[in-house]
Amino acid sequence: MRYAETGFNLEIDLSQGSIRRVATDVTLTKRHLGGQGTAAKILWDNVPPEIEPFSPDNLLIFSSGLLNGTPVPGANRTSVSTFSPLTNLYVNSLMGGWFGPELKYAGYDKIIIRGTSPGLVYLYINNDKVEIRDASHLQGKGCQETAALLQQELKDPKIQVAAIGLAGENKVLMATIDHANSSASRHGVGAVMGSKRLKAIAVRGTNDLYVSSPAELWDMCKNKYQEIYDNKNCGDPMAHDHNEGFHVDNFAWGNARTRRQGYWNKEREGKWVSKWKQVRTRDSGCYNCPKDCHYSISYPGRHKYFLKCFSKLTYCMAAFEEIDFNYDILGVTSAYGLDGFSTPQVLAFAVELYEAGILTDKDLPDFPSDGAGRFFYLVEKIVRREGIGDVLANGVYAAARQIGNGAEAFDHNTTKKVEQVPLKLGVINYPFYLMYCTGEKMNITQIEGSFPQAPIADPEKRKAFVENWDAAPEKFKKWYLEWEPRQHMPIEASVNVCDWNEAMHYIDDAIGTCAWLSSFRGQFGGSPPYHLFNLPEFISLASGLDLDLEELLEISRRNRNLIRSLNIRRGLRRIDEKPPEDHWKKRDPEMEQKHLDAYYEFKGWTNDAIPTKETLDGLGLDYVSNDFITRGILTGTEVTLTKEDSDGKIGAPKSEGC
Amino acid sequence: MSDHKQMRIVKEIKVDLDKCVACRACEVACSGFHASPKYSSFNPARSRIRLIMDMLKDVYVPVRAGEYTPAECTGRHSFKINGKEYAECSFCPTSCPSRDLFKEPDSGLPLKCDMCEGEKIPLCVQVCRPGALTYVEREEERVEELKLGDMEIGLQSLVNRYGLQSVLDSVTRISIKS
Repeated sequence: MRYAETGFNLEIDLSQGSIRRVATDVTLTKRHLGGQGTAAKILWDNVPPEIEPFSPDNLLIFSSGLLNGTPVPGANRTSVSTFSPLTNLYVNSLMGGWFGPELKYAGYDKIIIRGTSPGLVYLYINNDKVEIRDASHLQGKGCQETAALLQQELKDPKIQVAAIGLAGENKVLMATIDHANSSASRHGVGAVMGSKRLKAIAVRGTNDLYVSSPAELWDMCKNKYQEIYDNKNCGDPMAHDHNEGFHVDNFAWGNARTRRQGYWNKEREGKWVSKWKQVRTRDSGCYNCPKDCHYSISYPGRHKYFLKCFSKLTYCMAAFEEIDFNYDILGVTSAYGLDGFSTPQVLAFAVELYEAGILTDKDLPDFPSDGAGRFFYLVEKIVRREGIGDVLANGVYAAARQIGNGAEAFDHNTTKKVEQVPLKLGVINYPFYLMYCTGEKMNITQIEGSFPQAPIADPEKRKAFVENWDAAPEKFKKWYLEWEPRQHMPIEASVNVCDWNEAMHYIDDAIGTCAWLSSFRGQFGGSPPYHLFNLPEFISLASGLDLDLEELLEISRRNRNLIRSLNIRRGLRRIDEKPPEDHWKKRDPEMEQKHLDAYYEFKGWTNDAIPTKETLDGLGLDYVSNDFITRGILTGTEVTLTKEDSDGKIGAPKSEGC
Repeated sequence: MSDHKQMRIVKEIKVDLDKCVACRACEVACSGFHASPKYSSFNPARSRIRLIMDMLKDVYVPVRAGEYTPAECTGRHSFKINGKEYAECSFCPTSCPSRDLFKEPDSGLPLKCDMCEGEKIPLCVQVCRPGALTYVEREEERVEELKLGDMEIGLQSLVNRYGLQSVLDSVTRISIKS
């Protein structure tokens, strides 16, 4: 009997129109947990590196997290894993809501989609009944509208839908997959779904999902509801905070170049709050989580949509407009299914190119003169891939090179071809340097999160913080205590911080716990509801796997190295690992490279960012090292420099009493 | 025939629709509580409280399973409250043939909320931290009519039909004959 998971995947081939229910191997759960961990293994086994992201042979995998559908509060995130058309590398984009749990109740842990349908279709999963259905009537429909139409058509309001909009249908590389109040937005997962001509997936499930230790698990869970609800240091801090000063004064406006310090003031706050009161209709949460991080917006003349996180500000800042414009354009982009992080930057990039004379009236006929008008104009061009929109739809990095004529210089805020958060800061911060360089997710918010971004200046307060910091292994407490403002931590500390931060995301992304309750939230307040010291028990009681901290960390390392290997096999190397060039004003190239060296050593990777045979074999990834040797990526004789340090990774409970 | 006055406990779950965040923890907890063994499996379809939900219309109504009915209503009604439209049956707790709610998914047998017998507070309320569901118990004086026996029911119906005098006359006649 399987606990916490169903033990079955759905394999859909849209070229052949075939549907298979396939039993999964429990050994893989033991080795990778679930979510993106097992998805990465499936991609490794089935998608060779020469397969293009838009090829029918690329797989698009929807994974429930291992704890989705169990009573563990806030374990509701669904992973979408595939190879990204933006980067040609692995992507794992996540969404909250109700989709993953519903999939479990339908009797499946994953939906694995291969092939390309001849016409636009949607997938209807109702327990054992699974059908590929014609979706021509949904062509061009908005994401939220598609969901509502399918619930009507299938006469079941409890169906959970994940859908693409026009952007996905037209393979725009900022296209999202939207579900209820959430979306999997990054690196063009919506474009991959569009390339498969799959408009939507509608899921309904009414089966039981079993857990291994019922009474003990429920005892832990029932207390968690209250703790999460009361804990001010979890959930989305932007959902209920109306003081936007931190973001508007410190983050960059336009094409990530201009800081407008002093922009925020009481008068503006009053205006913005009053606009928010006019358009915000309701707060809501996700499955089995008492937080209310999402809110619905009814903007006159627009479809209702859900706002989340930083997209609250991204469009108005990119267009140098006021908040009203942000609410207005989100009504359009949410329906089209466009990523609220990268799209505003692509639009601002185009506006800058026009102002610099690189794009002209020939490229942009009848281009409006105001920021808002220009953004609306460009969005319509991009989602239809009309004229210059066809180029901009490929994201800043590719568009800059396609346009040429000096446009490359305007691509200054991407790493690994991914638009980054528009931040321009003073002095380099080495943990962040490492995260920007080496993170497989590329977006910093998906890599950072457990260790605070800066030290608390008052030593007494810092001490108090550390005393209450239950989520941190001992050595991080020591490093944090010793970290003085405007100083750099030792290299070893920066490397460990990067490692801990990313490890927490690898755990969340395998079990489906929300980063707002775990991997992202420890850095602010230091008291995330889920952390290294309680997750092993939740996972064990739900799944019966009987994990301890060190075993959990080993799985996290295995998943991390497998995903790195997927990217290595597709060409990623050290040369690609760098932050946006002007992210920090004061850089130190020599120290940066020392940090990178130390990080690779710590990870057991070669100097060129490749996991060594020893590292891979130690994690039971022999099939990866064999493949690397066959392909000439490794010789097999590379030395893992950190052999003697291998106990020093965050696991390190022996010496530190974690 | 005299009526009896009795005190009894009325258990009530109060619902504040504005506080619901649509997490459906109530469904999770209910389905776990009623699983056998307790909390061994989870399945909102088995829950005796369901969230009737239409996110785009801001409709979030937790409804507790009430009585089973073999026939659907003769007509339908829908509500509009403060300008917000609620779909038909949104507030109805009945396990009814017109919809797929409050039925065991395998057998189709009706489900009915039992206020989590044995628990001080129903599970759905325990996990509803945003406060959409709250639990109150109050004592209520209830006047209970004495139950009529079979003979009394029969006689009462004869009285209703023929009048008291006619029944008395008949009883007299019968007694004289016998």
